[in-house]
Amino acid sequence: MKPELPFVLFLTVVLVAYVGMLLLMVGANVLTVTWGDLGKILKDEDILRSIKLTLVTCTATAILSVLVSVPLAYLLSRYQFRGRAFIDTLLDIPILLPPLIVGLSLLILFNRMSPASCCWMMAGGLLLAALVGFVLRDKGGGRALVPGALIVFAGMFGIGAVMVNGLGSLEEVSSGMGFPMTFHPLGIVLAQFPVAAAFAVRTMRTTFDQISPRYEEVAMTLGCHRGQAFSRVVLPLAGKGMVAAGTMAWARALGEFGPVLIFAGATKGRTEVLATSVFLEINIGNLPGAAAISLLMIVLAVVTLLLVRFFVGRGGAI
Amino acid sequence: MMLEIDHLTLRAGEFLLKEFSLSINEGECVALMGPSGCGKTTVMEAVCGLRAEGVLNGRISLGGEEITYLPPGARRIGLVPQDVALFPTLTVREQLEFGPKLHRWNREKMKSRVEGLASDLGLSDLMERLPKGLSGGEARRVALGRALSLRPRLLCLDEALTGLDEARHDEVLQLIREMIVREKVTALHVTHSRKEAEAISDRIVEMS
Repeated sequence: MKPELPFVLFLTVVLVAYVGMLLLMVGANVLTVTWGDLGKILKDEDILRSIKLTLVTCTATAILSVLVSVPLAYLLSRYQFRGRAFIDTLLDIPILLPPLIVGLSLLILFNRMSPASCCWMMAGGLLLAALVGFVLRDKGGGRALVPGALIVFAGMFGIGAVMVNGLGSLEEVSSGMGFPMTFHPLGIVLAQFPVAAAFAVRTMRTTFDQISPRYEEVAMTLGCHRGQAFSRVVLPLAGKGMVAAGTMAWARALGEFGPVLIFAGATKGRTEVLATSVFLEINIGNLPGAAAISLLMIVLAVVTLLLVRFFVGRGGAI
Repeated sequence: MMLEIDHLTLRAGEFLLKEFSLSINEGECVALMGPSGCGKTTVMEAVCGLRAEGVLNGRISLGGEEITYLPPGARRIGLVPQDVALFPTLTVREQLEFGPKLHRWNREKMKSRVEGLASDLGLSDLMERLPKGLSGGEARRVALGRALSLRPRLLCLDEALTGLDEARHDEVLQLIREMIVREKVTALHVTHSRKEAEAISDRIVEMS
């Protein structure tokens, strides 16, 4: 017997066990669903609206996540500053939190807090960060997130708080501006966003870490400032990473259930997305219907992943 | 004096460079040698403006102008890094045009400069290629052309010949020497190889 055989066998057993479990889960769904069930859900107006809303909200969340994750990940990848490790940990919190808490926090934020109280909280947080930066200023670990700048930002939030004092809750303000959030389709994007963006930031961070800073340095000797080096040299190299981050965010948003249910609700034909459709079908005891929708979600996820792999795998930056 | 480094003290991460001084005359090519970790590359990066935030003391002057804290792009220094760092998404032509385009050279001036460099460096047949389609020697020539494209006051070569086989090494070494003379550019060459330093440089400075 070759000496490596037991090890290879062990690896194979783990592979078979894990992939087998995934296939069994999908298989169980497939065996529960008949063509009749599939036909029925594809003719159901509410489900069709749910599919459409799912695709629109997931795409919006993915785009928003990429837009936010690119600068954030670049900042964390390229700049050394005190508090970087703390911010890095903070960005992972949405991934670690139970999804229901994300939804509940959004619900409380929008319905219990006013713009003024949000500004005061931001000002307080920035002052605290400035104080920590000041105390640690001589203890190494790179440049500080300059305490002076943090105090200026805190002051701006303080002035903002005074200016918006007396307005109602965030929900009342956003509704007044024509963008109602709670129990509204826009709220679905907001509920999907924190976790999706956290995954996108992780993906982009890895992407930027893998791009040598030497490219930017050479670009800067040729006349670029930091921003130009980023847009002309780094961004074209990060194309695949951006697609991967967008896909990751899209897939996370597709499966987001807890925050959507708590913050946007599950009103049929209004805030119902596929993940909540499954929940609603189970609630009324329609297991085949729930399984059929699950199958649809699996197909959507697999097709998306395959399409992305196909386009990204064609080589070159996108 | 073209380049003057006067008692430069700087911190780069855990590394501390203390009181380093160096002068290079106009048109001179100086090789900076020394054991690994002595700070050769750090000195070069400081000259290029890539370590300005780490400078604790001292000054760097180029052509009589103090550049210690000047942004890299305002120094007119060309850099050929050790890993070449050709931009992977740009063709050879785009690499050579990168600097002139940023400085908004007019089309005629840029075309003349880029084609002149391509001809001098033997790149004319490679202009539409991406870096992944170039050999090690070709990549070095493109990086040299890109660094010279803006007619820099100083050319910095950071172990620019590392990793080449002997035949390519000697060929690129010869080309670098020719280009330094043809372009009348002052050069600072960081290297481990005494043979390389002697072949290319007017003077060798040892760091300890």
